[in-house]
Amino acid sequence: MIKLEPRGQHSKLMAWLSPVFAGVLTLISGAILFALLGQDPLEALHTLLIMPVSDIYGLAELCVKAAPILLCAIGLSVVFKAKVWNIGAEGQLLMGGLIGSACALALIDAEGFWVLPAVLLAGMVGGALWAGLAAWLKTSFNANEILTTIMLNYIALNLLIWAVHGPLKDPDGFNFPESAMFSDSALIPTLIDGTRIHFGMLFALLAVVVVWVLLSRSFLGFQIKVLGLDASAARLAGFREKRLVWIALLISGALAGLAGVGEVAGPLGQLVPSISPGYGYAAIIVAFLGRLHPVGILLATLLMALIYMGGEMAQINLGLPVALTGLFQGMLLFYLLACDVLINFRIRIPALSTPATDKLAANQEAAN
Amino acid sequence: MDIDLISNILYAMVRTGTPLLLIALGELVCEKSGVLNLGQEGMVLMGAVAGFVAALLTGSLMLGFLLAIAAGIAMSLLFGFIALGLNANQVATGLALTIFGTGLSAFIGSDFVGKPITGLEPFALPLLSEIPLLGKMLFSQDMIVYLSFFLFAAVYWFFRSSRPGLIVKAVGENPHAANAIGLPVIRTRYLAVMFGGAMAGLAGGYLSIAYTPLWAENMSAGRGWIALALVVFASWKVERVLLGAWLFGLASILHLVFQGLGFSISSNLLATLPYVATILVLVLLSRNQVRARLLAPMSLGKPFHASS
Repeated sequence: MIKLEPRGQHSKLMAWLSPVFAGVLTLISGAILFALLGQDPLEALHTLLIMPVSDIYGLAELCVKAAPILLCAIGLSVVFKAKVWNIGAEGQLLMGGLIGSACALALIDAEGFWVLPAVLLAGMVGGALWAGLAAWLKTSFNANEILTTIMLNYIALNLLIWAVHGPLKDPDGFNFPESAMFSDSALIPTLIDGTRIHFGMLFALLAVVVVWVLLSRSFLGFQIKVLGLDASAARLAGFREKRLVWIALLISGALAGLAGVGEVAGPLGQLVPSISPGYGYAAIIVAFLGRLHPVGILLATLLMALIYMGGEMAQINLGLPVALTGLFQGMLLFYLLACDVLINFRIRIPALSTPATDKLAANQEAAN
Repeated sequence: MDIDLISNILYAMVRTGTPLLLIALGELVCEKSGVLNLGQEGMVLMGAVAGFVAALLTGSLMLGFLLAIAAGIAMSLLFGFIALGLNANQVATGLALTIFGTGLSAFIGSDFVGKPITGLEPFALPLLSEIPLLGKMLFSQDMIVYLSFFLFAAVYWFFRSSRPGLIVKAVGENPHAANAIGLPVIRTRYLAVMFGGAMAGLAGGYLSIAYTPLWAENMSAGRGWIALALVVFASWKVERVLLGAWLFGLASILHLVFQGLGFSISSNLLATLPYVATILVLVLLSRNQVRARLLAPMSLGKPFHASS
C-alpha cells in the first residue's frame, strides 16, 4: 500500500513541477484515448498540438485565442490571491462584449481616434460592473461568491442572447440573431496584414506586466496577498478587507470585460450569441496551472490556446468532436490537483521502509 | 385563473423541481458528512449523457436510468479519490469535476445530439389522481417523480432516526472526535459522496430520458449549481429542500405561466429568473453571518487527514 505522509512544509520545487507532470499525464491519457478511438496516437497528437502552429497564420491564430484567455486569467490571479473565488470571468467577459457592443453600435456613425478607446472602456466598465455586483453581494450580504458569480454567468449569457435577438439586432440582418458590423473606427487594428492577430494581444501582455507590478511591488498588492494568506492577520493589521475584495474583483472584472470587448471589436467585428467558447472557464484552469504567477500564466495560456486550436484541428482533420477541447481541459485540471498533493505530502511505500529509512525520515523531519 | 390552469402549473412545478430535489438531496447528505462537492453540474451532465445513450441504444429506459446512476457514482468516485484520498482542496476538485464532466459529456454525446427517444410516460395512480388540485400535481407524474418522493422520505428518516444518519452528522460536525471514538471518517465521507453522485446521475438521467427527452450539450443549464444554493436555502434541513426545490421549479416555469396569462416578456429575459432567484435566496439566507455559520456542518469543505 502507498501512504501519504505530510512533508511539514510546502515544496517549492513540486509546486512548479506539478503543472509539468499534469501536462505530461494529460498527453499520455490523450494518446491512450486516441488509440482507443482507432487513431494513430502520435499522429493525432501531432495534429492536435504541432500542426496548428506550424505556420505564421497558425501562430497568429494562437495569439488571437490566447489574448482573451490571458486577460481573464491574469485578472483571476489577482482575486484568487485574495482567496476570493471569482468563477464569473465568463459572465464578465460576456458583459464586456455586450456593453462594448452597445457602445460601438451607438457610435456606428461616429469617426475619429476616440471611438475605439470609448468602446474598449465601455467593455471594461461592463465587466467591472458584473464583477462589482458579486463584490456587493459578498461584502454587503455575505453571499458566497462562487455561487453568485456562476449565477451571474448564466444571467449574462441570457442577457446577451436577449440583446442579439432584440435591441441590438441588425435591422438589415434578415432576422439573424447578430448585430450590425461595427464601423471601422470601432475596430481594433490588426498587427500583421493577412492574419487576424490584433492589438488585443498587446493589451493582454501589458495587463500581465501591470498585474505583476501590482502584486509584487505595490502596497495594495501586498495587502491583497496578506488577505488571501490569513484574513485575520489582514484585519489585525488594519487592512480594510471589504475594500480589498471590491478592488480585486473590479480589476479582474475589468480585464475579463476587456477580453470580451476585444473579441467583438477584434476578430468578430460584431456582436454574435457565441462570442466565447468558454474562455472564462478555461482561464480558471490557466490561473491554477500557472500558479497565479504572471510568467506561469503566460505559459499556461499558450498551452490552453493550443488546446482550443487543436480541438478545431482534430474536428477538421480527424473527424473528432470539437468537445475534445473541454475534455483535455478537464483532464489537465484533474491531473494538476492530483499532482499538487506532492507539494504538501510525500509518497511512502511502507513495504520498502526499514527501521533505518524510518530513522532517516525522522531525522529529516526534525531538521525541518 | 381557473382551477385547471393552477393544477397544470402545480404539475409542471413538481416535474421541473424533481431534478433539483434529487441533486439537492444527494448534495445535502454529502455536505452533512463535511464534504462540499461543487461538481454536481458535471455529475448531472454525465448522468444525462450516459442515461440517454444507454436508453437510445438498448431501447430500455430502465437500463438508461441505471447507467445514469452508475455514471454519477463513477464521477463521484473520481472526486472522492482526489478530494478524500489525496486531500486536495474540495472547492478546486469540485470545479474540476464540473469542467471535466461538461467536456466528457459533450464528447461522448456529440453523435447523439438531436436524436429522438420515446421518453418516460407519466403514470396516473387510480383514484388518487382524481383529487382536485393536488391529484395531478402529486399522483399523475412519472415513476422517477414518485421515486423522488420516496427518496425524500428516506433521507428525512435517515437523519431523523437512524444510526448511520447520526454517524454521517458526527463525521461532518467534528471528524477528529468521530475518528477518536472509532468512526470511519473517510469511509463515511466516501459513501456520502457516492450517494451524492448517484442522485446527481439519476437527476441527469431524468432530464435526458424523461423531462426533455433528448440530449444536448450542457443541457443541465446550471441545475447542479442551483441545487447547491438550494442546500444553503434549506439551511441543511431535509424538509426545506423539498420546499425549495419545488419553489425553484416554479421559478423555472414562470415564463410559461406568464405566456399563459398573456403577458409578453422576452423569454430570454424570463429565463434568467431561476438564477436571479438563486442570488436573492443566497442574499436573504447569508445576510446574518453568525446564523449562516451555525447552520452549516462544522467541518464543511475541510480536508481530514487522520495524522494531523
